[in-house]
Formats: sequence, C-alpha cells, structure tokens
Amino acid sequence: MAVISYRQALHDTLRAEMTRDEKVLLLGEEIGKFEGSYKITAGLLDEFGPKRVRDTPIAENGFAGVGIGAAMLGLRPVVEFMTLNFSVLAFDQIVNHASKIYTMFGGQTAIPIVFRTPGGGGQQLGATHSQNIEVWYAHLPGLKVVAPSNPADAKALLTTSIRDNDPVLFLENLGLYNTKGEVPDDGPEVPIGRAAVAREGTDLTVIAYSRGVNVAVGVADELAKDGVSVEVIDLRSLRPLDRETFCKSVRKTTRAVVMEDDWLSYGVGAEIAASVQEGAFDYLDAPVRRVAAAEISLPYAKPLESAALPGADALRKVIREQLDATGMRSKS
Amino acid sequence: MALIRAFELRAQEMYQRAKIGGYCHLNLGEEATVVGLMSALRAKDYLFANYRVHGYAITRGLDPGEVMAELFGRTDGVSGGWGGSMHLFDEGVRLMGGYGIVGGQLPPATGAALAIDYEQKADDKSDAVMCLLGDGTTAIGAFHESLNIAGLWNLPIVYVIINNGLGMGTTVDASSAEPDLYKRGAAYRIPSTRVDGNDPDTVRKAAEKALKSAREDRRPYLLETTSERLKGHSVVDPAKYRTDEENKELKENDPVPLYRSTLIKSRAMTKKQAQEIDDEAERIVDDAVAFADKSPSPKPEQLFDNDYSTAVAGAPKQMPGDPLITF
Repeated sequence: MAVISYRQALHDTLRAEMTRDEKVLLLGEEIGKFEGSYKITAGLLDEFGPKRVRDTPIAENGFAGVGIGAAMLGLRPVVEFMTLNFSVLAFDQIVNHASKIYTMFGGQTAIPIVFRTPGGGGQQLGATHSQNIEVWYAHLPGLKVVAPSNPADAKALLTTSIRDNDPVLFLENLGLYNTKGEVPDDGPEVPIGRAAVAREGTDLTVIAYSRGVNVAVGVADELAKDGVSVEVIDLRSLRPLDRETFCKSVRKTTRAVVMEDDWLSYGVGAEIAASVQEGAFDYLDAPVRRVAAAEISLPYAKPLESAALPGADALRKVIREQLDATGMRSKS
Repeated sequence: MALIRAFELRAQEMYQRAKIGGYCHLNLGEEATVVGLMSALRAKDYLFANYRVHGYAITRGLDPGEVMAELFGRTDGVSGGWGGSMHLFDEGVRLMGGYGIVGGQLPPATGAALAIDYEQKADDKSDAVMCLLGDGTTAIGAFHESLNIAGLWNLPIVYVIINNGLGMGTTVDASSAEPDLYKRGAAYRIPSTRVDGNDPDTVRKAAEKALKSAREDRRPYLLETTSERLKGHSVVDPAKYRTDEENKELKENDPVPLYRSTLIKSRAMTKKQAQEIDDEAERIVDDAVAFADKSPSPKPEQLFDNDYSTAVAGAPKQMPGDPLITF
C-alpha cells in the first residue's frame, strides 16, 4: 500500500480511468500544456494526446455544456473547473441542464459527466477565489455531489464518479492537495451516498466533510488525551446525504457538532442539524452546534482571513461547550 | 407544412380548453422553415432544438399522437409526461431535446458534435448536428462560447438562427447591435448565410449546403432563416405589440397558402390534392388528440422513477410530508 498525496491520487485515477476506457476524456482550462493549475493532469496530454486532453477556451458555461452534449452521445467527460468559484459561470449548464436532462426527458438519456473542482479558502486569494458554495449544488436533485477528505477516498470516489452514469460534482479542496495517506492499489469501492466513520468515539459526534474531517480528527486525537472520546463522521457525499450513518452515531454519543467550511446560514450544517433533530432528537443531550465560516466575503489580509475560517480552535471550543453544557466536564 | 399547421392550431385549441398546461410555443408561420430544415437532415444526424419544437418533432418522424400526449402530460408522451411542450426528446429519431432555457441547447449541441468528431473514423463523414435557436439567443454568452469552440475545434455542426423578427416582443433591431445576425459567424470564421425562411425549397437547399460544410469540410456553419410567427410568443401572448398593418402583412406572407398556390400554379399539385392533404392532416391530428386523451396520466408513485440513472444509496425519495429518517 503506497503513501501518496491527495493530488497524486487524483492524477493516478484519471490516468487509470483513461487507460481503462477510451470514452473518458478531459476538458478544461490549462489542463494540457500547462498541466493544470494544480497539476492534477500533469503528463496526461503527452500520454493521451490532445484529442483526449482538451485545453478549452476560458468559457466555463460553454465547455461545461460541451461536456454534457458529449456525455449524451456516450462519451464520459471529466470537466475541470479551475476553481469552484469559476463553476458559477457554468451555473446554467450544471443547474438547468446536467442535473435535469435525465429526469426531464423521462429517463431517456443519461449524462455520465464529472465536474472536478477545488474549493476552499485559506490561501489569501480574496473573496471571489475562496468560496465554499457546495451547498448551491448539493441542493439540486439530479446532481450527485461528493467531497472526499483523504487520498484513498479521492481515488475511490473519483473512480466511482467516472463510472457513474449521472452528473457528479467532485469537490476537491486546495488545502488537501498536499496531504498524504495510504492508498490501496485495489481499494474497496466507495459508493456515492455513503458516509464513513473516520474515527470512532463515544462522547460526541463531529459531522464533517472534506478538509473539515482532518481538522476534526486532529481535535479528536487531542481531546482523547483529556479522556474525551469524539467520533468523527466523514460525509464523503453531500448529495445524496447519508443521514442514517450520522444519526446512528449521534444516537450513540448523544451530542452533535457540525464542522463545515461554508457559510453558516442555509449551509450544509443547517441540513445536517435539521436531520439530526429528526433522526435523533430523543437521544440528544444538547442542541446541535455548528462550526462554520464567518458570514462575510473572505478578506485577503491573513489575520482577517484566518479569523473568518473555521479551524481547530473554534471546533475545540464548541466541543468543550457542548460537553460542559451536558454535564461531562472536559479539562481545558 | 399542412400537418404542422393543423397540429399547432389544434394545440392552441387544446391549450385554450386547458388540456395543455404551462407554456406552449407554436410553429405557426414557420412551417416552411421547419420542413426545409428537417428534409435536409439525414437519419443519422442529431437535432437539438429550443422550446418551439412541436413541428420539428413531428417532421423529424415522431408520432403526432405521442407529441400531443406529451403536451397533455401523459405517460405515452415522448418524454413520459416529464417534459411538456418545451422538452420533447426521442433518441430514436435523434431529437436530442427541446430546451426551455434560451441558449441552453447550444453548448450541449456543440458537445454532441465533439462526440461525433471524437468517434469518427476517417471514412465515415455522415453524422452532423443541427442546433436550432431563435434570433434573441444570439445575444447570450452561450451562443458566442459555442460558436467559438466549434470554430476552434472544427466541429460538424450547423447552427440555425430561426429569425422570426421578435424575441418575445422585442424586435431584432432593438436587441442586437448587429441586426444581420448571420454576420456574427464572421467573428469565428464560420461560414454563414441568410435565406428566406418562407420558402421550403430555399431553406432545404441552404441547409444541405450548411450540412455539407459541417460533414465534408469539417467547418461549422451558421444559417439564418427569416420568417414570422403568425401568433404571439406563446399561446397566451395576444401579440398586442403588432400593428394592424403588420398583421395584414403577416397574412399576405403566410407560407402555407403561399406554397400551396405555388405548387398549384406550377401544376405540381391540383387543388383537389391540396384539399386531400389538408383533410389528411386534420385526420392525423384528430387521431393524435384521441390518442393523447386516452393515454393515462402518470401516477404519483412514479415520481422517483427517473431520479438517477445509476441508483444510489440514500437518495431521498420522500413525498412531501413524509418523515425523512426512519430506523
């Protein structure tokens, strides 16, 4: 089992799927000669040629829709948006077309397309380049939205996504590209719509996805030294959402905190908190708490940006408050 | 042309009788364009349309009964009652959909052309894509993004601007800085031309030339046809923005009687034959309505039949009011 980076896992998976299936092609800005802004597609143009690794004009709505049409005729395009922020330019094609065509035409034509894109803040890129707007897409029936938190899941979920016959928004995170982890050569398949228990615990459940899972596991490991046992649920998919897994966990631990990188109001955490309320209300010892980004367009200045983004300090504080409020005093 | 005329007049009537809901955009006045374009397409070609699609669907070979059933929202409709008037689809005749969002069809149509290009063997040049759009669509980004990509990658696609002079109620002059819409092709080095959309023979000839460019020269093509809607933008639009004089002109230029008299004058057809064609069209439309009427409405329990192509664990299938989580 090799230890590789999240970036490498994505690259290797694209390469493996292109080798396996001639119908897989890549579309996106600067993915060929430039090898991708984040180098996920490095070397693929040389290996597979310009027919299968297509540099597109800067026209997100155009090339996203080109992918949709190609998928309707049986190709399996993987479209890269340089960042999630630019996917907004392709909102019409994703929202009104990719996510609707299968249902709207009575199930007559599938759209096997993957839209890959990194999101996330923390790189001092300013307001328009630092968003976590995944919830806009997770709201849409017809689309599948996945957000792997580690290299093994990145490989497994990208494989599943490329082989899936529905449109998948595949969320990466700038803060994860260099993280490393064990990636099995022939790992188990990870189905879309199934969460994982990233870390087992008995006192409190943190429900997180993508970068937030790593923060949560770090905090959980720390708190273990104080005798607090935190369970971390990695959602892996935002649509469909595996409510059963996290509700089951909360029924066991009786306390729930959501860790999310997006804005609080109407965010992923709102959906999870409502689901926990419905699926585990009788088991809860305290209201569900949410740790999310401050509700402000993200600033460039480092101290401001750091203050706005949810991190380990905020999560630790909220976990302690939850425990204190419910009679399980944690050391500080 | 007679069949489209009869079908659309009946669709209008059925809408007024509340058999058809939602929006309903008719091809009345555009019959010559529809027939000219569709007669130039081959069976292997793909068609992407906008929301004004009834006539194209019928001429492309869809059963008028199944089209009417779709307008009625019935299970035997071409999209199973899921799409309605704007979203007719049938892969069998390679009608890859009517699209309700202005310009939404352009990027996918361009992608279909990419797929043809991707799969094509050197000795097989028979597939092409035709993408229909209205005059108002030439202002949106997807038009320019698509033409640029098609021009850049030499894709086998013909974009057809069905210029009926009005984007809803706004004239071309009031919405386009370049009212000669076909000239926009020059910006992408895409050959283009404008033809009289009231003459089916002219349209057909132009469409054949455009498709030849796409297939054989591997150059996309931009074709503009000029015609006029006889009615408003949709059935509910009384078209009050038109003057009495304009309405009079519309009647004089109506392509259906014009082409009929051309054929009779040139002795290609007798008056009696013309009447027989009209009678036959009425019969077909009568049957279509009867078929649609008899077709059952989809049942509520079918609501999630087409939620995903690849089934997923945990996809919510709750009806409104159902509990979300059950252990």
